[in-house]
Amino acid sequence: MAVSSSSFLSTTSLTNSKSNISFASSVSPSLRSVVFRSTIPATSHRRSMTVRSKIREIFMPALSSTMTEGKIVSWIKTEGEKLAKGESVVVVESDKADMDVETFYDGYLAAIVVGEGETAPVGAAIGLLAETEAEIEEAKTKAASKSSSSVVEAVVPSPPPVTSSPAPAIAQPAPVTAVADGPRKTVATPYAKKLAKQHKVDIGSVAGTGPFGRITASDVETAAGIAPSKSSVAPPPPPPTPVAAKAATTTTNLPPLLPDSSIVPFTAMQSAVSKNMIESLSVPTFRVGYPVNTDALDALYEKVKPKGVTMTALLAKAAGMALAQHPVVNASCKDGKSFSYNANINIAVAVAINGGLITPVLQDADKLDLYLLSQKWKELVGKARSKQLQPHEYNSGTFTLSNLGMFGVDRFDAILPPGQGAIMAVGASKPTVVADKDGFFSVKNTMLVNVTADHRIVYGADLAAFLQTFAKIIENPDSLTL
Amino acid sequence: MQSAMALSFSQTSFTRPNHVLGSSGSVFSTPRSLRFCGLRREAFGFSTSNQLATRSNRIQFLSRKSFQVSASASSNGNGAPPKSFDYDLIIIGAGVGGHGAALHAVEKGLKTAIIEGDVVGGTCVNRGCVPSKALLAVSGRMRELQNEHHMKSFGLQVSAAGYDRQGVADHANNLATKIRNNLTNSMKAIGVDILTGFGSVLGPQKVKYGKDNIITAKDIIIATGSVPFVPKGIEVDGKTVITSDHALKLESVPEWIAIVGSGYIGLEFSDVYTALGSEVTFIEALDQLMPGFDPEISKLAQRVLINPRKIDYHTGVFASKITPARDGKPVLIELIDAKTKEPKDTLEVDAALIATGRAPFTNGLGLENVNVVTQRGFIPVDERMRVIDGKGTLVPNLYCIGDANGKLMLAHAASAQGISVVEQVSGRDHVLNHLSIPAACFTHPEISMVGLTEPQAKEKGEKEGFKVSVVKTSFKANTKALAENEGEGIAKMIYRPDNGEILGVHIFGLHAADLIHEASNAIALGTRIQDIKLAVHAHPTLSEVLDELFKAAKVESHATTRTVSEKVVV
Repeated sequence: MAVSSSSFLSTTSLTNSKSNISFASSVSPSLRSVVFRSTIPATSHRRSMTVRSKIREIFMPALSSTMTEGKIVSWIKTEGEKLAKGESVVVVESDKADMDVETFYDGYLAAIVVGEGETAPVGAAIGLLAETEAEIEEAKTKAASKSSSSVVEAVVPSPPPVTSSPAPAIAQPAPVTAVADGPRKTVATPYAKKLAKQHKVDIGSVAGTGPFGRITASDVETAAGIAPSKSSVAPPPPPPTPVAAKAATTTTNLPPLLPDSSIVPFTAMQSAVSKNMIESLSVPTFRVGYPVNTDALDALYEKVKPKGVTMTALLAKAAGMALAQHPVVNASCKDGKSFSYNANINIAVAVAINGGLITPVLQDADKLDLYLLSQKWKELVGKARSKQLQPHEYNSGTFTLSNLGMFGVDRFDAILPPGQGAIMAVGASKPTVVADKDGFFSVKNTMLVNVTADHRIVYGADLAAFLQTFAKIIENPDSLTL
Repeated sequence: MQSAMALSFSQTSFTRPNHVLGSSGSVFSTPRSLRFCGLRREAFGFSTSNQLATRSNRIQFLSRKSFQVSASASSNGNGAPPKSFDYDLIIIGAGVGGHGAALHAVEKGLKTAIIEGDVVGGTCVNRGCVPSKALLAVSGRMRELQNEHHMKSFGLQVSAAGYDRQGVADHANNLATKIRNNLTNSMKAIGVDILTGFGSVLGPQKVKYGKDNIITAKDIIIATGSVPFVPKGIEVDGKTVITSDHALKLESVPEWIAIVGSGYIGLEFSDVYTALGSEVTFIEALDQLMPGFDPEISKLAQRVLINPRKIDYHTGVFASKITPARDGKPVLIELIDAKTKEPKDTLEVDAALIATGRAPFTNGLGLENVNVVTQRGFIPVDERMRVIDGKGTLVPNLYCIGDANGKLMLAHAASAQGISVVEQVSGRDHVLNHLSIPAACFTHPEISMVGLTEPQAKEKGEKEGFKVSVVKTSFKANTKALAENEGEGIAKMIYRPDNGEILGVHIFGLHAADLIHEASNAIALGTRIQDIKLAVHAHPTLSEVLDELFKAAKVESHATTRTVSEKVVV
């Protein structure tokens, strides 16, 4: 079992995120590794933090030289639990063995970003460690935004609309045997407690229907809005309710599987996508389309292609320059009460990699020149393929670009990733017959772009103006090469 | 006492010719005086007569041989009765320890009787290892069949697995009956006299059994075993508050059962109950679950055997009071802090299993007749299982093996101790190395161990000034384990890098209980790592897990064995 472990560790606080110190620490004979990093990567110190807090990222350690990703076997600690220096926090399965990851810091496990059974690439954040109890909440919101921006979905059709509230709880009267003498204490079975923890159900609020009024696993499942995995011994048949009426967002009473169909559990990436997609439903979005003439762009592309410039870089650069003039489209609204103008324009670009989807981020797309952007992009795609993207390389986007033009798709509509203001869906550029204002017909290469935006902060006119600017840049692309 | 000693020795010397007659030839090669080494000075006075006796034995040896032949023809291998005693050896208690001793005694030519007050087979066969293995065999299969993911990874499809409680219980009971009969028959077949009734020591070399049957023997072995230990405050009703004795009958499968004690008994039952659908709450007095196991092993075991299952636990607490379910109330368990004794919690469960260990069964054995004072019920013995009396002197001709002496409460340890005693009484000194006795816990996957744990070894190393190294390997690296989709598990070996001595081996994984013996044999025989690492293991087998350990160990000294080719006779 030759497992070498290297661990990185930085003691940077959020307020001082520039000075990332990292060092390899030699590890005890039992090969436990500790990995921490401050939450905000050095490149994205755009938002000033008012709270001087230390929230550390726990990231997937490299437990062997061949390890590219690791599976979380189990979290030894649960969210909110206090950690003492040297305690094991999480168990990670590498290609070779299971290993405990222990903490070098006292603090609280504030948030679990990658759940049990899920896989994360080496270096990806798997959890957050807060120094004080007060910072747990803050870290949690951080975790939510972190996981939401890590993977972005662009081409999935919108899920079926939510028709009604969750299924009514099928509560049963407690059995007669419940002996009430004095104040009743909560009695819950071991599995019920486990499920409550898992589904974040407050066990105190669950009504127990088991023997002696105790809370059973199915009580917790009912409270969590999940169809009980096993029907209890003899439940009185509930009044028939139409199945469709109970379709909740996360919990649907699925019809039985058709014969010969197989169930495939989500990969870590699929789960992340799924989670983000569900989250995206809480954001009111709208879409605006715009035809863009690409004759000039195509000509430019032919010219710069030999120099290694890609269409993606051209589009990202154009979007970045347009965003610089319309900062509201580059803004993000996270809490629904306020929004923030992002200091950097980081263009996330959706990439399909063997069945998965990831959004490497071209940082400062408006500032970097075309050649640097192209170079950067190649590097990112290579890293994405080998699953070696660092978290800040895929979760720091402020605007997303999704291009399906190469597949001949002429137009489509993307889902807005949570935490961003807008996403642009780019279709194929096709020769199209157009009539100019003088009534002359001509054939021009035209590309349809469609932007989905968060209507809480971006309004129709904003988007229209942004698209106009974008179209102008594409149609007069000389500025791109400046 | 002095006179008793003298008497016993004079008897020994007088009866020796008879006794030696039954022994195999090898006896003569061992120094006769060894047996007396540890005893009083008077003993040496007999050495001359003893030698004489030995000489005469040699003359008689041939005739004895012929007797044995005729004896075996009449299918009675038990030794001839000694002149002044009814038997050479009487064993009180026909458990696994007594059985092992009896078989070996007959092999050594001793006329042997075994007294059993209950049923042949004792705890192990009737209320312990044997029926629990039957239940665990069921639980292992249930677990596998219920694990859809596991089945699917094989490409297997199984519809919902279910069980019939009575069928499971019958399997356990039938197995116990079968093994009990086997045990009984194996003793009958070689002519061991099985005497029924409660046995007790009347005096030196004198035993009473049943109502008032008195028999004498040159040597006596006490092998009365143990019973489940129930701490005070706990009321066992056999229905809702039970011990392993009741649990093995599987009269019910409660929805929620508290298991008091997380040692291997508790662990095995948690495996059975959770596989059959119960939820389990462990109550452990120590600060962590599975005390007694190597810390690393217990940590991993907890991760695999506890955390993903429907089990929760309270550690650092005593169950100060347990009231069985009655009057429409559930089983009530009052927990107090193990250190401060302050009340901590009250649990309401459907049943409670008391698995807090076992207490020696030594009451009414007549130990006062030989001035033996038990310690917490255990009979004090020296390293040769010779009983020590209240004054700290050895009681001649009286031995105690198994759970009753508390040295190592395992069935096979009792048996090994019994064989060791028989070796001694038949003239060959023998001291059992308890560190070479393996132990196993038959959960899914299994846990097994032999020798020292890592902390124990480090402590010993520090005290005696040697370095201690540890190697580990994962079952994930084993082809056979992966073929079985059972890559979960580790094996670790603790050893001395300076001379290659194996100090301990701990395995958690598929078939760990079977795998441990390569290590325990190596420890028992003193095989060093640098030698055993050259031995070949079939591929692909789980045994390669140990091979991996041996090969990964870094030993400074070189192999001592000659090359294999020298040894092989073609």
